[in-house]
Amino acid sequence: MTWLRQILFRVASLFRRRNLEADMAEEMRQHLEIRIQERIDAGLSPREARSAAQREFGNIAQIQEQSRDERHFLWLEQFVQDLRQGMRALGRNRGFSAVIVLTLAFGIGANTAIFSVVQGVLLRPLPFAHPEQLVIIQDDLPGVGARDAGLSEPEWQDLQRSGIFEYVSPTWYDDNNVTGGSRPSRVSLLMVAPNYFSLLGVTPQLGRTFNPEDHSPGITAELVISDGLWKREFGGRPDILGKSLRMDTDLYRVVGVMPAGYHDPGRTRRDRNIEVWASSSFYGAPLADHPLRNRRNLPTAIARLKPGLSVATAQSQVDALVASLQKQFPGDYPRQSAWTVRLVPLQEGVTGNVRQSLFLLLGAVGLVLLIGCVNVANLMLARASSRSREMSIRQALGAGRTRLLRQLLTESLLLSLLGGVAGVALLAFLRDFLLRLVPEELPQLNEISIDWGVLLFALGVSLIAGAIFGLAPALQAGRLDLVHMLKREGRGSSASREQVRTRRILVVIELALSLVLMIAASLLVRSFWDLLHAPLGYDPDRVMTIRTRLPFPNDPTTDAYATVAQQAPFFREILRRSRTLPGVEAAAVGDFGAIPLGHDRTNQNPPLPVILEDRVSEGGDAPLVDQSIVTPEYFSLMGMKLLRGRWFTDFDNDHAPGVAVINEAMARAFWPGENALGKRLKLSRKATDWATVVGIVADARTESIEDPGIPQAYVSLYQMVAHHLAIFLRGDLDPGSLPDALRDQVQAVDATLPVFGAQLLDETVSASLTARRFSMGMVALFALTALFVAGLGIYGVISFVVGERTHEFGIRVALGAQPGDITWMILRQGLDLALAGTAVGLVGALLVSNLFAGFLFGVKPTDPLTLAGVAIVLVGVALGACYIPARRARSTDPIVALRAG
Amino acid sequence: MDKIDLLQGTLDMLILRVLARGDMHGHGIADRLAQVSRSALQLGEGSLYPALYRMEAKGWIRASWAQSDNNRKAKYYALTRAGRKQLEIEQQDWGRLSAVIAEILQNA
Repeated sequence: MTWLRQILFRVASLFRRRNLEADMAEEMRQHLEIRIQERIDAGLSPREARSAAQREFGNIAQIQEQSRDERHFLWLEQFVQDLRQGMRALGRNRGFSAVIVLTLAFGIGANTAIFSVVQGVLLRPLPFAHPEQLVIIQDDLPGVGARDAGLSEPEWQDLQRSGIFEYVSPTWYDDNNVTGGSRPSRVSLLMVAPNYFSLLGVTPQLGRTFNPEDHSPGITAELVISDGLWKREFGGRPDILGKSLRMDTDLYRVVGVMPAGYHDPGRTRRDRNIEVWASSSFYGAPLADHPLRNRRNLPTAIARLKPGLSVATAQSQVDALVASLQKQFPGDYPRQSAWTVRLVPLQEGVTGNVRQSLFLLLGAVGLVLLIGCVNVANLMLARASSRSREMSIRQALGAGRTRLLRQLLTESLLLSLLGGVAGVALLAFLRDFLLRLVPEELPQLNEISIDWGVLLFALGVSLIAGAIFGLAPALQAGRLDLVHMLKREGRGSSASREQVRTRRILVVIELALSLVLMIAASLLVRSFWDLLHAPLGYDPDRVMTIRTRLPFPNDPTTDAYATVAQQAPFFREILRRSRTLPGVEAAAVGDFGAIPLGHDRTNQNPPLPVILEDRVSEGGDAPLVDQSIVTPEYFSLMGMKLLRGRWFTDFDNDHAPGVAVINEAMARAFWPGENALGKRLKLSRKATDWATVVGIVADARTESIEDPGIPQAYVSLYQMVAHHLAIFLRGDLDPGSLPDALRDQVQAVDATLPVFGAQLLDETVSASLTARRFSMGMVALFALTALFVAGLGIYGVISFVVGERTHEFGIRVALGAQPGDITWMILRQGLDLALAGTAVGLVGALLVSNLFAGFLFGVKPTDPLTLAGVAIVLVGVALGACYIPARRARSTDPIVALRAG
Repeated sequence: MDKIDLLQGTLDMLILRVLARGDMHGHGIADRLAQVSRSALQLGEGSLYPALYRMEAKGWIRASWAQSDNNRKAKYYALTRAGRKQLEIEQQDWGRLSAVIAEILQNA
């Protein structure tokens, strides 16, 4: 550890400096004294003795200097010196420094903010053992246009036995009604295979999880519950284990409690906030005794790969398995449906398209910082020109070129580090406010924090920023022509031609980068605007949806809502009571799937196979269609438009022949050029009777706000059972009191039913745009910042040029130039810069357009109108920024200007 | 007798060797070097000091102020363990180098 001791010694020397100086002087003085004495003793006169001794000793000052250099790091000392000088320089130019530090603080702060989200959401490994082995299994049927179509029990068994995975567990999300507490409540339940917790490698805080070897049929009577539910329903009592919980009239026993803060991996907030876990072997009552291979009732599955297996290798093995299964069961896997099984790394699966949004933001915010850096470089250049005299003198006094460069870079780094510190401080200060802007649906939201990784990032970004903007003035200084400079500086400051050119290039870069960002922002804003104003096909205004759920017990004998005949009286009573509530003009009931943009198409309300009479196929190639079950009032309440045929009536009940309403997209997809009215279909394999298409409804954005043309079929609630129910109310509603009033009415009919999830339909629609709104808002904010900074940049350069040419303007005015001529001269300079920046920016925007094309809706990334509009705005702002110095120039008083020159 | 310039880098070794006999102050080291080399070494006395300070920074020698014979405070230098090791290494290297050079001068 000698080097360590050396460093410590040298650093210590820096601080003990004064002592050491005295030490050194004393030591050498003694040495000399002894020599002098020796010579006096030998008979020399004191004067002769002294000079002889000094001659022999050498130049004391030089020796001390050398000794000093041996003691501490020269570079460290110089660095400290540079630092001190830098601080002094910053202190002298307070305004200048403040502008730079502030610019950097915003740039670095914003970058760090976005990075902290990226780090929390994308980079931090999921909190499970060996998260890289975890994958989500998704089945696709690209042949019938289905993604994530779910898997069947036999397929699950095949995967389980394939040897590719350690464990495979289906994950089946469901709501459940918990009764027995003070009032019935709804809990989020996840039905999994008994191996689920072993698969994730998590353990409960109390009790145990399921026995992974349990293969008994049906659903086990055991539950694992969340810490939240334990505290809420059981008051956190320690003797919870073995206590029973009644869900959907079935009795379960609690065997374990998960730790507080445990969250399931999942894409949505709902997925991550499971309160109850039940386990099942996914065959046997209440499920099918012999599950069919083509019945994909398991929505999705999660799996742990065998150790050492990469996702890519596993995928190729799964592909081989799929191929052999297709050969083995050709009837279940028709060629045209093109069944495939996809393994998605869990981390990617749970972050989904958030990933792209975050990278978009990171790119945008990085661009803002880059623009900020270019701007700061420009400011530094301007200052460098006023400091060139100082630099020349330093050089003349013997400072080496590298020494000067180092001094300039030290100053830049000092500025950027100050900016970084200010940025992080700003971020820490605004943290809570900023987090509120982040959509709540963001996975791992609670993982976002300012930790070491984030701080390290901020430091790195600061250093890089400092290097970027420190480079320009440093390079400029490196090319100083000493004699020329000193000579010219004698006659007052005038920047070199070359320096002005560098500054112009920087401004062009700045304008170009801003243009790219502005184009991206404008396209996003336009997409958002178009989406916001796209005709929905229904009227969400003054509509509220409130949810309830009928129990779906495992024991069918206790099911009070098993048939349409049992359910219908309940619905009629609910509707009757709802209409009596204050402000309610109309009421309807539907299933969750009927809530426009308010249902989960990937898990709870996926598109289901539809069997068409004129192309009967009971196999796996039945097309998948979104389905909603509604009472007849639904369509008129929602303000939907009937194109042909009729809506449902109260007479379309279980005694009447089955009927269906389909949307135009479905008619177009399955009966192109034909009249779809009168066609017959089955909306469920369980259905024994055909339903006849009686009405065609205009396409509406109910499944996706982007795409109204998704095939959709409606069935009457009086002809098909539903358990997850939404009550739709229209009128002048009081969102504060109505939910409670409705809860009372529903529970007056059945006291065991939970009532929850009240939301205005306006809000539901708006919520579906949250993520888009967030990224659009952010990018727009960044673009505005960029525009502002670029405006400052061009203003700075033109002001500088004007200042340089005051003398010239004076002469021109004296020779008869009109004020307008001068203004125009300057504006033309600005215009040249702006046009150059626009041209470069347009090319840049086209180059990166495919990076954000995926975020656009209804507008191409090359949309000429947007490009032209943004270019005009940029040029306008640039000219505006030039006009201020131009005005100053036009009012040049020739006498003052010439005299000053 | 002509004085000879000291070979680059050998001053450290000589100082270490001198200090190996016992603690000494700066002028003592200079005296000793002159005495042993019979004043053949050309050495500005002061140029000792940068070397002393360098070796102190490297941890080969340690300096301390102590009472001298004539009852004044003087700065003494002492060899450390690292310094002793360094001396050994340098002596070996020197031995090898001079042997090789002698060989070449004789036989080349």
